[in-house]
Amino acid sequence: MDSALLKRDSDVRWVVEPHGEMRVPAVIYATPELIHDMDMKVYEQVTNVAMLPGIVKASYAMPDAHWGYGFPIGGVAAFDPAEGGVVSAGGVGFDVSCGVRTLLTGLRIDDVAPHKEALADALFATVPAGLGSEGEIRLDAAGIDAMLSGGARWAVGRGFGEPADLERIEEHGCMAGAEPEQVSDRAKQRQRAEMGTLGSGNHYLELQAVAEIFDQPAARAFGLAAGDVVISIHCGSRGLGHQIGTDYLREMVAAATPVYGIHLPDRELACAPIESPLGRRYLGAMRAAINCALANRQIITHLTRDVMRRVLPQARLSLLFDVSHNTCKVESHLVDGRSRKLFVHRKGATRAFGPGHPDLPEALRATGQPVLIGGSMGTASWVLAGTATSEAAAFASACHGAGRAMSRHQALRTWRGRDVSDELARRGILVRSPTARGVAEEAPGAYKDVSAVVLAAEEAGLAKRVARLAPLVVVKG
Amino acid sequence: MSARYEHFPHEADVGVRGIGPTPADAFAGAALAMTAAITEPDSVRPEIAVAVECRAASLDDLLYDWLNALVFEMATRRMLFGRFEVKIADGVLTGTAWGETVSVARHQPAVEAKGATYTGLRVFEDARGWVAECIVDV
Repeated sequence: MDSALLKRDSDVRWVVEPHGEMRVPAVIYATPELIHDMDMKVYEQVTNVAMLPGIVKASYAMPDAHWGYGFPIGGVAAFDPAEGGVVSAGGVGFDVSCGVRTLLTGLRIDDVAPHKEALADALFATVPAGLGSEGEIRLDAAGIDAMLSGGARWAVGRGFGEPADLERIEEHGCMAGAEPEQVSDRAKQRQRAEMGTLGSGNHYLELQAVAEIFDQPAARAFGLAAGDVVISIHCGSRGLGHQIGTDYLREMVAAATPVYGIHLPDRELACAPIESPLGRRYLGAMRAAINCALANRQIITHLTRDVMRRVLPQARLSLLFDVSHNTCKVESHLVDGRSRKLFVHRKGATRAFGPGHPDLPEALRATGQPVLIGGSMGTASWVLAGTATSEAAAFASACHGAGRAMSRHQALRTWRGRDVSDELARRGILVRSPTARGVAEEAPGAYKDVSAVVLAAEEAGLAKRVARLAPLVVVKG
Repeated sequence: MSARYEHFPHEADVGVRGIGPTPADAFAGAALAMTAAITEPDSVRPEIAVAVECRAASLDDLLYDWLNALVFEMATRRMLFGRFEVKIADGVLTGTAWGETVSVARHQPAVEAKGATYTGLRVFEDARGWVAECIVDV
């Protein structure tokens, strides 16, 4: 991106003043190096979002922002229904409520080291991953609707996990306001065999070591110490969420201008007023998809516990936290000294509530919300914490991952899957995947440096670094 | 079918492009490009034929519907498709996709297609013939 187009406010805050049809400024949080590497499409997309009706304060891009669909990936925008604010299917994305769940295990690296191969094989054999894989759970129509209404709470009620898990999930495991009747039959059909599956692409289940602690008190509150082993699960609402995105994007593209008189700078920004029949229907369906994602990660947690019981029975798996990064949620935020109820879109951005937030579980309230950042197979993942400044900076939001530095096509021409797996094995990282081509496309070298992203997030006051996690075992779809 | 296909770069996902003498050929090429983002199209045996019908007011919307109908059929039937035939008349697309059940060992599928998007979605005619393209979220 050409930094000459931006006004530099601080070391890590760049502003595009409103011009043309922009209603508010666009704000990008990044270091000069990250700005330099950002695609110009991010500039185009973050300024396009600033043109949407009812947007409040600014259109934001996180340090890992890259070229997305309508919204940049790494985009945050809040809308006020009282000012004609909109909800956008493109602003949530196809993989509704894609997110990361991290589990504490009570194990140390030394406990795991002799069993790594066995764990890798057992996790790969137990957690369905990759295209065409199916879960063992089959839901009838009533079962699907119950799952879409209940989320992880439904899953725990069916024996997939423990009630204590729910306290460590956003919305306590169940998104209110879900309306399964607004989800198409096609979306439900796509989900029939996909409960408890990881999916493919950048989704994964990883066994990770806590490699470095940056904030001891916060790490203690999160139950993390150097040398501990944790498990992270990255996946979303599977076929159901993808189909909801497809269905409503199509409908919003058709209705935005003729029905609601909204000028769309980009069709992918298709949206509807929050207070409109279409907007309300989408919100009901999207919240059902959030529950689908929460139930999915809960079932995968259950499968993971099964594996650990068999291979390392002394393990005790409990949730550190579960947080989504593709959502639109109703939240109260202080804007110019006034609390306002806003619809906050986070597309490839993680909620990052600061200390004292009433929605946080009591054990985490003094520290701030765990912000879970996924890495690539060979690099670090991170645990951050929401800060007192994150609300004012970007409606309590932070980055979500590394972001690709190289297209899949280019990665495929650069690496062979087998070589990538062998090289990672030499570094002590065991990769299990049904597809060598998938491993090549996900090679660590195809991703940006996630460390630079989280450092920029910390400097910008979006979140603070708590711990760096290094992969030990990777199950990829 | 006398269509060809290619990919064009997107930072996180993949651009699919079909090129042919008619819009229908270009649509078939775009479908083949989508398959090629997942696996080697030649590795897919044309054992089962699946009929698809879409209706839309514009060629752009028709391309969105066509590719997403294929995403739906791939997902619910656990299939991959390697050959396509498309007819378009009066805003109605009738297509046939030939393929087989996914074999992970043989197809080595790299990704699953979540959905075709409106990003970069264009159907137009130039010196190459008809071109149908968009970004597919994978």
